[in-house]
Amino acid sequence: MAALWTLSVLLSACLLWPVCLALTPPAELPQPHNLPPLLGFNSSDGSPSVDLPMALRVFSVDYHHVQAPFEIVLWIMLASLAKLGFHWSGRVPAVFPESCLLIMVGLLVGGVIYGVRHSAPPTLSADAFFLFLLPPIVLDAGYFLPGKLFFENLGTILWYAVLGTLWNVLGIGLSLYGVCLLAQSSLGDVSLLHCLLFGSLIAAVDPVAVLSVFQEMHVNEQLHILVFGESLLNDAVTVVLYKLFESFLRLPSVSGLDVLLGGCRVVVVGLGGLFVGLFFGLLAALTSRFTSRAQVIAPLFVFLYSYLSYLTSEMLHLSGIMAIVTCAVTMKQYVEANVSERSNTSIQYFLKMWSSVSETLIFIFLGVSTIQDVHMWSWPFVCSTLLLCLAWRATGVLLLTAVVNKLRRNTVTFRDQFIIAYGGLRGAICFSLVFLIDDFPKKRLFITTTIVVILFTVFVQGMTIKPLVELLDVKRKKRALPTVSEEIHSRLIDHLLAGIEDVVGYWGQHYWKDRFEQFNRKYLRRFLIREDHQAPSSILRVYQELERREQRRDEEAPPIEDPRSHSRPLLPEEMDSIRRILSRNLQNFNKKTPAYSRHTLHQDTTMDKTRKPLYRHHSLGERYKYNTITHWPQGEDGEFNGSHRVRAGLCRSHTVCAVGPRPVLQDSSAPAASAQRGPADPKSAATKEDQVFPQNQAPVGGEAPKKQLSFVLENEKQP
Amino acid sequence: MGSNSSSMNNIPNAEQLVQETGFSAAHILRLYERFQFLDKDDTGQLRPEDFGAVRELAMNPIGDRIISAFFSPGQETLDFASFVRVLAHFRPADSNRTRDGAQPEPANSSMRKLKFAFQLYDQDRDGKISRAELLQVLRAMLGMQVTEEQLQSIAERAIQEADFDQDDAISFDEFRKSLEKVNIDHKMSIRFLS
Repeated sequence: MAALWTLSVLLSACLLWPVCLALTPPAELPQPHNLPPLLGFNSSDGSPSVDLPMALRVFSVDYHHVQAPFEIVLWIMLASLAKLGFHWSGRVPAVFPESCLLIMVGLLVGGVIYGVRHSAPPTLSADAFFLFLLPPIVLDAGYFLPGKLFFENLGTILWYAVLGTLWNVLGIGLSLYGVCLLAQSSLGDVSLLHCLLFGSLIAAVDPVAVLSVFQEMHVNEQLHILVFGESLLNDAVTVVLYKLFESFLRLPSVSGLDVLLGGCRVVVVGLGGLFVGLFFGLLAALTSRFTSRAQVIAPLFVFLYSYLSYLTSEMLHLSGIMAIVTCAVTMKQYVEANVSERSNTSIQYFLKMWSSVSETLIFIFLGVSTIQDVHMWSWPFVCSTLLLCLAWRATGVLLLTAVVNKLRRNTVTFRDQFIIAYGGLRGAICFSLVFLIDDFPKKRLFITTTIVVILFTVFVQGMTIKPLVELLDVKRKKRALPTVSEEIHSRLIDHLLAGIEDVVGYWGQHYWKDRFEQFNRKYLRRFLIREDHQAPSSILRVYQELERREQRRDEEAPPIEDPRSHSRPLLPEEMDSIRRILSRNLQNFNKKTPAYSRHTLHQDTTMDKTRKPLYRHHSLGERYKYNTITHWPQGEDGEFNGSHRVRAGLCRSHTVCAVGPRPVLQDSSAPAASAQRGPADPKSAATKEDQVFPQNQAPVGGEAPKKQLSFVLENEKQP
Repeated sequence: MGSNSSSMNNIPNAEQLVQETGFSAAHILRLYERFQFLDKDDTGQLRPEDFGAVRELAMNPIGDRIISAFFSPGQETLDFASFVRVLAHFRPADSNRTRDGAQPEPANSSMRKLKFAFQLYDQDRDGKISRAELLQVLRAMLGMQVTEEQLQSIAERAIQEADFDQDDAISFDEFRKSLEKVNIDHKMSIRFLS
């Protein structure tokens, strides 16, 4: 398997040979060919044929015409093949995180290109990185962010992000300056501001690198969200400090007022990004409300609005990452309720795909860009940077955690702290930022050092974090199995606590949560979600999901009639999915994604469930089928072209009133349905049919007749 | 807020309350001010109508149950000591409480917290949550979002999951068992009351 992988890599490297041969220097773009083709005269430069005037070319090659897109596609192809190979290569993924291998592939390719052309291979331009490669990753991260957990830990995350980053930046910058002063001979011309500038870009923990390593480790969700949230939010601080120090460098002198203004800028940048994201998120939600007639382009709006929010905030020099994350978090619940199931799936798949490609490209380019013409090396600078990064991060985390633990209920344990400190990986953001520095004599040194730090953190820390985690036995994700009763009781307790807080007059966490939910329900949802898609409460969702699971389980194995067991314990896979649903609190009927999985989107095995009959669970253990196929006007059982004709919507109007002997179906095609019910049901298995009609008189607390329910209720609408 | 000088001397049985509930003196003071705020006609006792001043409570689906939980069965008025005793349930648990056999279980232990929540369901105090009681609460919480049939099914399911002794009602132990995975102390504590 490793052979297969290396083969694929070499193949793609070979693909690049003709590219390299014909490559112009990377700074230039190929000139578009706008010479009108003369009569029979093919005026391409790269043509190997002889220029015969007035003769037709049978075969010619015009590389420059397609050069730019061709190269881009080749790079993406290389990245994807490498990724494929990585997953096929047997035991390698267990040891190396993906990011390491991708960087190594990049190194390989860079070396090849260097060997061919004897000059530096194309580097990752900062513009390409910030404008094209970074947004998909952050959007993906924001869209799949576990919202509830994030907001519960928001205080701690902000604490780490803002204060931690400040601590790291100032610490690294000042101590590096000290090192420069000590090594006066070689590093004398590096000023304090330069050191601070370098500190600001090297201290930033990179979400891309963190995610790519953490996703292979299953740590508990709280820890995951802390590290990940911190890496997202420290963008505001990092970018501001970077720009601040850069503008200080250009100023003749720096006064205290400038520093104060810098502090204000942090707030403005962060909050500004937030508001831009909110604005576009709400717009996207509103737009998605009207996409029912053009469902195919519904996913496009998600991407367009998110990207627009990113670009807008970049234009205004606000924090683009915060904008795009806020946009994704805001629009997610409304969009998911509004668009069809397929559009939802498309959105998720596209997000995953793009972010995957982006990330792979970033790492490969990191590898390629390491092969440079000029590296400036300085042992004291590089080594001290490495050590200081580790040291300052460790002390920062320790100190901050000591303070924050007094305020938190779930303390951040020592093991968690170690993971937070050790998991502070640097990545491509530092790399791009260092290239953007104005040129000064020691810039090459900074670039080299940055590359070394990135490689060190990704390789050494990335590879050893997993064994260390296992060594320290970090509390793994608990696999809780909530039940409907747990959900109900938890909800009751939430209301209770909110009420008590009201009585006491304390505006606590529950108060804000309740207030937001009320506001959400009364105004936002009404305004932003299509009328018939107003989501039910989570209790209802759990119940529906349970029903669905049972149905699927019974599809696979013939159900065993066990009239004794009323309290049948629910299967683990049922509970697993319910747990996931509960942790998300959204209207996700068909999803089976785990709590947070970066690179995988679980197979949507439930897509075909609407073809199958849906069971309703009768309390007395009886089971009977309710054939949803009968709803369809065409009356064909099972033969439908994939368009789900089942009436969408929920609750009220769709229940089957079971008091009478013949349930009335909600759809307009009721007559067809009722005609189909009963023993003549063509699709039903034999075992169930005698139980189609529950005993209306069965005295189960006097409420037996009301057992029939239709929970078919998918999001599919008639197109 | 009240215009009386807020000092511990005005509060009846202040020290005893501190001992009993574990609140600090500052908290007792603060709660006393809140009590006076709610007690509009200055009688020193609260009635259920006084809780109406808390506007958000009216919008809470189980608001009326919460209010009645403050009042012992049969009582019409609530004095400050009882007010504080009820609120003591929501104090975060003390981590280093010494286990003294003679001490009664403190109000803010997990067991007492759960008991409080249980009694929100169990209005007739028979020690079990019957199907009807569960339905009432579900109806209040889910409101207009579901139909009656769906409510019935959900209640059915909930009882099915929890009911181990097959008596078609949820006893306190079954209630506790169904919540064993939840960190009750975390969920049922108001932090500032620590």
